Amino acid sequence: MDLSRKWLGEFVTVDASDKDFAETMTLSGSKVETTEDLGAEISNVVVGRIQSMERHPDSDHMWICQIDVGESEPTQIVTGAWNIHVGDLVPVARHKSTLPGGKKIEKGKLRGVVSNGMMCGLSELGLDVRDFPYAAITAAALLNDYHPIDPAKPSIPADIKPGDKVYGPAVCAKMLEVMPLENGTFHTCADIGNATVCPDTVCANLHEGDLVAYNAKTDSYCTLADLHAEQKEFPHCIPDGIFVLREDCEPGDDIKPVIGVDDHVVEFEITPNRPDCLSIIGLAREVAATYDTELRLHTPVVKGGAEGSLTDLLDVETEAADLCPRYTARMVRNVKIAPSPKWMRERLRAMGVRPINNIVDITNYVMLEYGQPMHAFDYRYVKGGKIIVRRAHEGEELTTLDGNVRKLTANHLVIADEHRAVGLAGIMGGENSEIVADTADVVFESATFDGTCIRKGALALGMRTEASAKFEKGLDPMNTLPAVDRACELVELLGAGEVMDGVIDILNYVPQPRVLKLEPEKINALLGTDIETAEMVRILRKLDFVVDGTSVTVPSWRGDVEGMADLAEEVARFHGYNNIPVTLMRGQTTLGGYSDSQKLERTLGEVCRSCGYDEIITYSFISPTYYDKIRWAADDPRRSSMKICNPLGEDTSIMRTTILPSMLEILTRNYNFRNKSAELYELGRIYFQREDGMADEPKMLSLGAYGEDMDFYSMKGTVEAILTAIRAKDVTFEPVKDDPSYHPGRCARVLAGGRSVGVFGQIHPLVAENYGVDTELYCAELSFDALCAVKGADPQYTPLPKFPAVTRDIAVVCDESVTVGALEECIRRGAKGLLKAVELFDIYRGKGVDSGKKSVAFNLVLRADDRSLTAEEADEDVKNILSALKSELGAVLR
Amino acid sequence: MKEKLEQIRREALEAFDPASAATVQDLEALRVKYLGKKGELTNVLKMMGKLSAEERPVIGQMANEVREALTAALEERRKALAAAALDHRLAAEAVDVTIPGKQHHLGHRHPMYIALDELKDIFVGMGFTVLDGPEVELAEYNFDKLNAGEGHPSRDWSDTFYFDTDSRVMLRSQTSPMQVRAMETMELPIRIIAPGRVYRKDEVDATHSPMFHQVEGMVIDKGVTMADLKGTLNTVVEQLYGKGTKTRFRPHHFPFTEPSCEMDVQCHKCGGVGCATCKGEGWIEMLGAGMIHPKVLKMAGIDPEVYSGWAFGIGLERTAMRRFKIADLRLIFENDERFLEQF
Repeated sequence: MDLSRKWLGEFVTVDASDKDFAETMTLSGSKVETTEDLGAEISNVVVGRIQSMERHPDSDHMWICQIDVGESEPTQIVTGAWNIHVGDLVPVARHKSTLPGGKKIEKGKLRGVVSNGMMCGLSELGLDVRDFPYAAITAAALLNDYHPIDPAKPSIPADIKPGDKVYGPAVCAKMLEVMPLENGTFHTCADIGNATVCPDTVCANLHEGDLVAYNAKTDSYCTLADLHAEQKEFPHCIPDGIFVLREDCEPGDDIKPVIGVDDHVVEFEITPNRPDCLSIIGLAREVAATYDTELRLHTPVVKGGAEGSLTDLLDVETEAADLCPRYTARMVRNVKIAPSPKWMRERLRAMGVRPINNIVDITNYVMLEYGQPMHAFDYRYVKGGKIIVRRAHEGEELTTLDGNVRKLTANHLVIADEHRAVGLAGIMGGENSEIVADTADVVFESATFDGTCIRKGALALGMRTEASAKFEKGLDPMNTLPAVDRACELVELLGAGEVMDGVIDILNYVPQPRVLKLEPEKINALLGTDIETAEMVRILRKLDFVVDGTSVTVPSWRGDVEGMADLAEEVARFHGYNNIPVTLMRGQTTLGGYSDSQKLERTLGEVCRSCGYDEIITYSFISPTYYDKIRWAADDPRRSSMKICNPLGEDTSIMRTTILPSMLEILTRNYNFRNKSAELYELGRIYFQREDGMADEPKMLSLGAYGEDMDFYSMKGTVEAILTAIRAKDVTFEPVKDDPSYHPGRCARVLAGGRSVGVFGQIHPLVAENYGVDTELYCAELSFDALCAVKGADPQYTPLPKFPAVTRDIAVVCDESVTVGALEECIRRGAKGLLKAVELFDIYRGKGVDSGKKSVAFNLVLRADDRSLTAEEADEDVKNILSALKSELGAVLR
Repeated sequence: MKEKLEQIRREALEAFDPASAATVQDLEALRVKYLGKKGELTNVLKMMGKLSAEERPVIGQMANEVREALTAALEERRKALAAAALDHRLAAEAVDVTIPGKQHHLGHRHPMYIALDELKDIFVGMGFTVLDGPEVELAEYNFDKLNAGEGHPSRDWSDTFYFDTDSRVMLRSQTSPMQVRAMETMELPIRIIAPGRVYRKDEVDATHSPMFHQVEGMVIDKGVTMADLKGTLNTVVEQLYGKGTKTRFRPHHFPFTEPSCEMDVQCHKCGGVGCATCKGEGWIEMLGAGMIHPKVLKMAGIDPEVYSGWAFGIGLERTAMRRFKIADLRLIFENDERFLEQF
C-alpha cells in the first residue's frame, strides 16, 4: 500500500523525515518497505516564459528562444520543438540540472548557437499526457516541412505559393499571425492568395511565415491525417513537443510543485488481518495513534437534487445474498466526462494510479481514501434498470474492462442486469457498461462481497486486481455508505454531474458491534508488563475503540480484534514492543537433550565427513521419469509414489520412494561442472503413502562418489567405517546381481547380524549413461532405521593381552571362483581357538600361478590368553587351517 | 722396550689424528694395529717375559699407561667421528617443509545444517527437546488448528502443495503444525524446537525455493509472558552473534500468535547505521514469533486461562545465508562440491 504524505497531511499532521516516519510507523506495526521522494531526480528545473523566438540561421527546423526564468537577464535556449509561442510558460531545465532517469542537462552549442539548457516535454519530466491531458499536441502539416518520399515525384511542388491547390479542397496558406489563447487554442490569420482567412485552431505548431494547407470548406488547417500524409513526409510536424504549462505559476518557480512531484510516497507492507489499513484514512488513524496527535476525519456532504427518483430508475436485487453482505448504490445524471482536476490527478499519480477521466478517477480516489473499491457503470447499459447480484451461470461469458473474454463458473459472482452480466463482482467491471466519453448517467456501486468467493474467483481467472486484493481480505460493510457519499460529494465538487437524492442500500447481515471486556491485569500478565489502565484506555480510544468502564466496543473495521490477546497486542503496539521488559524463563525446569536417534544422526554425519564425504541437501520431490533413469521396471511396485496434485512442474511432481536418483542428479551436476571428484552424503527421507493418507517417511543415508581414487572397495570401506562407528556386530556382505540400478558384478548388500542395512556398489553403466556421465559412479543407500536397529551397545573394556602373539603369513592358491570371504570363514573355522585376527594382504595372479587360479595371502595373528604360545603350537594351528582350506575349498599352500 | 712403548704411544697418537683416522673404519684398523690381539702393544707385552723382575713392573705399568692413553684417545676420536657422522646424516635427511603434507580429505557439513546445529545446541542447552515430525501433513494441523481456517490465502493451491483434491493432505508449509502435535501429545510444561523441511509453491530464484527448512520453537507453561519471549530470543541471538548484539521487536501478524512480532537483529556489517547488507535499515529481519493464540491453545485442549506460551519460527536457509554471506539461495540446493568444500 502506497501512501502519499501530502494526502495523509489532509488527515493528520506529522513533521518527520521519511526515515524517521518509516521507523516510527514500523515499530507501531505498520511496516514500511520503502520511501520515495517523487521529485528526487528533478533538480534545477524552473518555470520559464518565452520572451522571443527567432529561427536558427543554420537550421531548417530549430528556434532560438530568449526565456525569462525570473532573473534580470533572459536565458537563451535553442530548441527543435515547434509547438511553442512567445508568451508560453514552459519547464526549463537549466545548466547543471537533472531529470528523471538520471539525465543531466548542461549548456552547449547547437549548430554554433549557445543553448543554456533545455525546455522539457512531458516525458522528460517523467509524465505523460494522462497526467496533463491539456498538454496533448495537435500538429498541422507544414508545407515548408514537406520531404517527398520520392524526390523525383513530389506531390507538393517546392515553389508552392498561397492560393495554390494542395489536395481536394485544400489550398496553400501562408501564416500571417498566430496568437495563443488562454485555453490552449490559437487565433490565426493566413493569406490564401486571393484572400485572408482567420480561423481558430488547435494546431500548436504554427508560426508566422509557415505554409500550411487550408481547407476552405471547414475553415481549418489540415493535419497530416487530413492530407493522408505519412509522418516521414512531414518529419517535424509531430504530436510531441514542449510541455506548455497552463498552471498558476511564475517564471523562476521550482517546477516540482507546479507539476505535483513534490510529494513523498511511503510504501507499507499491510498484513492480511488489517484490510482497514489499505486506505489513506486507515493509515492516518495508525499514524495519529502512533504520534498521539489529532486525526481529522471528514464526513461527506452531498447536495443532491438531480431530477427524477432513484427508485424509479434503479432496482437492486441481491440474489446471492450470502456472498454480498451489503450493496449500496447512488446515481449521477448529466455526467460530463472530462479530465479530473490537477490536485486529484496528482494524488492518484503519487499513489501509482493513472488518471483516466473524472468519473473513473473519483472511484479510484475513493478506493484509495476509504479503502472501499467502487465501481461506476453507464446506466444506459443496465437493461431494465435492474441490477442483480448473482452467481454466474456455468459457462457464462463476460468481456471485462481489460478487453479479455472471461468464461465463468457458478463459483463466480457477477453484477448483472435482467439479461446479462455487466461486471465481475469485486474484481473488474464489464466492457459492456464501461464509462465512455458520452456517458450521461452513472451508477456508483459501493458494496462488500464474500472475501473467499472473490479471492477464489480472481485466482481461477488469473486476474488479481486492486479491488479483488482488498475484497478478498473481507472489508467492513459499514464503509460502503460513507464511500459512495464521498464519491457523490466529489462529483459535485468537480462539477462532473448532478447527484440524485437517495441511496439504494441493501443489508444482508445484521451489524453487531463486538464488545469485549477490558482486563488490564490479564493484559499485563500476558505481556509481562505493568502498564496503567489509563494508558491502555488512551491507546484504545486513539484507535476509535469505545471504552466505557471495562467494556470495549471494537470498531466495525477491526474484525481482527476478537479477544483479550488482540487488545493486548493493540496496547503493546503503541506502548512499544521494545518497552516490554526482557526476562528469562522461570517455572519448572525441563530436561532438554537429544534422543538416541538424533545422536545417531550426528554420529553418522561425523563418520561420513571423516571419510571425506560432503553433506548435500536434495529436494524430496522428483520427476516420475527418474525411475526410468535408474532402470526400474515399468511395473516396479516402488514406483507407486505419492503424487502432488498441483506441482510446480513435472520435475518436482512426486514424492521419492528412493533416494538414489536425488544423489545421482547431484553427482551428475558436479560431473558436468567438471569437478574432478566428488564424495557426497545425505540423510534424507523417502515417502510411502499410508492408509490414512499421510506418509511413512523413513530416513535414508545415501552416499555417492566418483573420481580417480573411487572404486568398489573404497565405497565399501566407507560403509564398513559407518558400521564400525556404530559398533554393529556380525557385519557381512553378499553380492547383489539383480538390482537394476547397480552393476550386477559390483553391488553388495550389507547385513549386520543377518539384518539388511542397505545396498551399495557401482551404478549400472546404463544408468550412468542415462545421466550422461562417462565415468564410474558409486553409491550406497543405507536405511537409517536399520542402522538404529543394528547399533551396538556402548563398549565395555576387555583386558589387554598379557602374552605375546605369534604371527604367520600364509599364501594359498585357489580357483578364481573362491571368494576371499569364503577363504576367511574357512580359516576361522579351521583354527583351534588361538586365531585372533585374519587380514588379507595380497591377491596375486600371473607368473607362477596357473590361469584361472589366484594366490591369496593372509596375515594370521595367533595368541593364547593364558600363556606364551610356542612356535610349535602356532604351527600346529596353521596346519589345521591349511588342511581345512585344502579339503573345503581346494586351496593349497603356495 | 721402554723406547719401543714410547714409540708406539707417539706413533699411535699421531695416527689417531683426523687426517689418518677420518672414518670409523680407519679408526678400527688403527685400534687393531695398536691395541688388537696381534697389535703392536700386545706384541711388546709378549716380550715382557724376557724382562728382569725389576724391569717388569716398571715396563708393565708403562705399558698400561700407554694402553690407557691410546684407548682414551681412540674413544675421544670415536665420539668425534660419531658426532660428525650424525651431523652429516641429519643434514642429509633435511626435508623441504614447504612441500604439502599428506592429505587427509575431510568432508564438510552443509552450511544449512551448521546453522541448524548451532541453534539446536543453544536450545537444548536451555532445556528444550528436539522434535521431528511429518512432512506429509494434514491441512487440519498445518492450518485449521493453527487458526488459519478455510479461506486463509496460504491454503490456496497456488501456495501449498496438496495430495488430494479435497485439500486434506499436503506438504507442510511451515514447521508450526509441530506446535499442535507437541501440545496434543506432550506433558506440560513444554519446551521444544522442531526443525525440518517445509514446502511452498514458489518458483526457484535467488531468494525462493519450493523446499526449504525452518525451526519451530515453543514454550508453554503457567505465567509465560511476552517479556520471557524477548528474553529467551535475546539470549539465543547473543549466543549466535556475540554478547551485546542488539535486537528489536516489531509488531506483525501470524494467525496462530497474538500478539505477534518479528525480531530484527542489528546489522553486523554497519552496526545499525544502514548499509547495502541491511538495505539501509540498520536491522536485518531474523524471525517471526508471538504469544500462542488462545484459540490455538484451546483447540489443542490446553486451557488458555491457566497456561500461556510463546512460539517462534525461523528460516534456516536465510540464517545460513546471513551467517556465511551466501548471496544466492540456489547455491544451497545446487550442492556444487566447490561450494560445499568452503564450510
